[in-house]
Amino acid sequence: MTRYLLKRLGGAAGVLLVLSVAVYALFYLVPGDPARLACGDRCSTQQVEQVRERLGLEDSVVAQYGEFLRGVVAGRDYSTGTAVLHCDAPCLGFSYKTDQQVTQLILERAPATLSLALGAMVLWLVIGVGTGLLSALRRGGITERALTVLTLAGTGTPVFILGLLLLMLVCAYLRWLPFPSYVPFTDDPEQWAWNLLLPWLTLGLYESAKYARLTRGSTLETLAEDHIRTFRAYGVGERAVVARHALRGAVPPVIALSALDFGTMMGGAVLTESLFGIPGVGKTLIDSVRQVDLPVVVGVVLVVGVAVVLANVVADLLYAAADRRVALL
Amino acid sequence: MTELNDAPEPNDPTEPGGPTRPPTNPGTAAEPLVRVTDLTVEFTTDEGTAPVRAVDRLSFTLAAGRALALVGESGSGKSTVASALLGLHRGTGARVGGTVRVGGTDVGAATDRELRALRGAVAAMVFQDPLSSLDPYYAVGDQIAEVYRVHTAATRRAARARAVEVLDRVGIPDAARRAHARPHEFSGGMRQRALIAMALACGPRLLIADEPTTALDVTVQAQILDLLHELRQETGMGLLLVTHDVGVAAESVDDVLVMREGREVERGPVADLLGAPRETYTRTLLAAVPRVDAPLTRGPEPAPEPESAGEVLLEAVDLRREFRRGRRTVTAVDGVSLTVRPGETLGVVGESGSGKTTLGRMLVRLLDPTSGRLRYRGTEIGAASEKELRPFRRELQMVFQDPASSLNPRRSVGESVADPLRAAGALDETRIVRRVRELLERVGLDPDRYDRYPHEFSGGQRQRIGIARALAAEPRLIVCDEPVSALDVTTQAQVTALLAELQRELGLALVFIAHDLAVVRQVSDRVAVMRGGRIVEQGTVAQVYGAPADPYTRRLLAAVPVLDPAHAAARRSARGELPREMAAV
Repeated sequence: MTRYLLKRLGGAAGVLLVLSVAVYALFYLVPGDPARLACGDRCSTQQVEQVRERLGLEDSVVAQYGEFLRGVVAGRDYSTGTAVLHCDAPCLGFSYKTDQQVTQLILERAPATLSLALGAMVLWLVIGVGTGLLSALRRGGITERALTVLTLAGTGTPVFILGLLLLMLVCAYLRWLPFPSYVPFTDDPEQWAWNLLLPWLTLGLYESAKYARLTRGSTLETLAEDHIRTFRAYGVGERAVVARHALRGAVPPVIALSALDFGTMMGGAVLTESLFGIPGVGKTLIDSVRQVDLPVVVGVVLVVGVAVVLANVVADLLYAAADRRVALL
Repeated sequence: MTELNDAPEPNDPTEPGGPTRPPTNPGTAAEPLVRVTDLTVEFTTDEGTAPVRAVDRLSFTLAAGRALALVGESGSGKSTVASALLGLHRGTGARVGGTVRVGGTDVGAATDRELRALRGAVAAMVFQDPLSSLDPYYAVGDQIAEVYRVHTAATRRAARARAVEVLDRVGIPDAARRAHARPHEFSGGMRQRALIAMALACGPRLLIADEPTTALDVTVQAQILDLLHELRQETGMGLLLVTHDVGVAAESVDDVLVMREGREVERGPVADLLGAPRETYTRTLLAAVPRVDAPLTRGPEPAPEPESAGEVLLEAVDLRREFRRGRRTVTAVDGVSLTVRPGETLGVVGESGSGKTTLGRMLVRLLDPTSGRLRYRGTEIGAASEKELRPFRRELQMVFQDPASSLNPRRSVGESVADPLRAAGALDETRIVRRVRELLERVGLDPDRYDRYPHEFSGGQRQRIGIARALAAEPRLIVCDEPVSALDVTTQAQVTALLAELQRELGLALVFIAHDLAVVRQVSDRVAVMRGGRIVEQGTVAQVYGAPADPYTRRLLAAVPVLDPAHAAARRSARGELPREMAAV
């Protein structure tokens, strides 16, 4: 177990290193001058050169990358032109655009993304697993056919179409809710929930289609297994067979996939965040890519990388806890 | 006559597990434990096609405390009958006709609640595959307790205690502790014991055992059959045994009913039916059963050993193979030395996990030996590179156990057989096709079925295709890994006969790997007995089977079911006196 964790975390460090190199390389391969972009269109050549020097862009790519790594491990000092700032240990650099610390920026944006992902996960677990189970048990009936059509429609509808439809219906046409704008949980929990309701629904419904199919499949698979027949042959009632034995077998893959999806969403459910104007990690990423704000992009990609890798480990651990036959090697 | 107290049979024996054998009084009209009348079961496959009739107007009765075996080959409908006794076809889309009465309950007419009360409490079923028949997620004891609580008002604690009690009864050592283990932590034999414990939990009057020992090794099979026998003596419950293995039936029952294509072929007391079968089919079936006590059928060859001793086709010296499992290293083959001479069959026999498949794969270099030497016609090939091996690949071929999964389902059988020819690259297309057709014909298949796909063939035919593919390269040695264990006895006999014929004609050397001692005896000249990665005994068939030197060989032989019920009973008591070091595996 400990050995497994050490092995996985070691592997994760390697993955992140490769990821950061790849992102750096990508940025220096694309055309465009970061210094000019950072400075803005109206800068004179001289101003651009100042910016270039301040950002350390005249150093070689390797040196810049080395500096970046040093910042992550030990922290580093940084000049804004007028003052020298210190950036503490997991320092991912400063934004070219706003001079804000990337670490701080991500920490600021993370709660919104976390709120969105958590709520969506609750929804997809409830709706997805529920409909999946129902359609497995009502196999061949009208219920199953209806649910199959619905989940297919769910998988087939792009998330921004779904979100737009919801927005139009709920906010514009029925006027049940005002157009949502993000309110942090710490400010007002009730407003937080109301304003996130539509994003949750959008993401949750979209994801639950996938979970419905997964749950349906794994439930049917479990129901066809020999041990289900055993308990039926021993007079155990159908409800107990489903609740105790069929569901138990169907759950592990759902848990594992949920952990993975949750991890991926830490990178921001980009479309949902953009659509509803949620100031989350995903929206930050999109904005910084558009502005060629290298430190922010690298920082966000790395943080997302960490989240995905951790989610993988958590998924493995949960799976092993749910199914004791799985040995963690 | 006790006509006066001819009350309906008590449905609920107040003392579960106690000696409840009812007085057998042939004069009364007391209802037998099981009465099946004109049972017909049909499965509808696709819309439009005619339903498949798995069971066709079958009738039989089983008196309380008696044991009946339903014997037949795969597809004979025997398991379908077993399921019908518990009403397990209900809700599956199968059409059930006729009546089935078990312990006074009309299974067809019973409500769901009545049916559930019957299942497990009056009649309990033991399934074939003990691993998949238990829920992998729960402790074994909890699963038994769950079943017990369905049928009794027992508290959780009492049910757990009952689970430990029955687990102990079926010979699980340290039952109180092992009750907390999950099925995968049990060995195959212990899992089957656990399933039997579950069946015992509610003290049923009828035990239905559907191929209870088919997935088990022969020594474990003997232990399970002995356990069933003991339990029956003790509790007086009736037994309906479903099996394809006539030997298993001979060991365990009073009466036998032979089934074929859903119909009864013949039935009668076990000694009469096996001793003097009336029907041709029964005779064919019995003749096909390989036996360890039949006269040796292989040619008069034991003598010329000294002459051929000079020529050795394949020689293995101190062959080892290790596998890494995480931090642990498992030694699958642990220093095996053997020789194979041209034209002879070397049988390799052993129980599951003995390393015989690993050995077989190393002999044709599908696996690399960890250490040791492997010499083929004087050339060392144990550590040879793939390039150096190329000239020998053609001459060393393999036939696999499961003909269904060792043929590519998406390619026609002709193409599969042509593969080795294409790989050799010597022939042009028309000659390859001609050669494949010859090969198909040679193994007894219609060459016009070249373009058909594996699923259109039966199990035996698929194994013939596997043999044709091995022959295509004109090998000198074929390693057959359990080539007939997935086949019915009659098909098994045909395939082994084909192998023997091909061997005579082409002078092939065969290494025949199997767990079935009787089959190995039938086809081999010499035999090697494997256990724990080592060969414990090696010699001619007459030596190994006639005068086994190793105690393990003796124990294996003592565990093989025999067809004579009287002999089987004698051996059962003899087994009881064997040292029980292997007990409760």
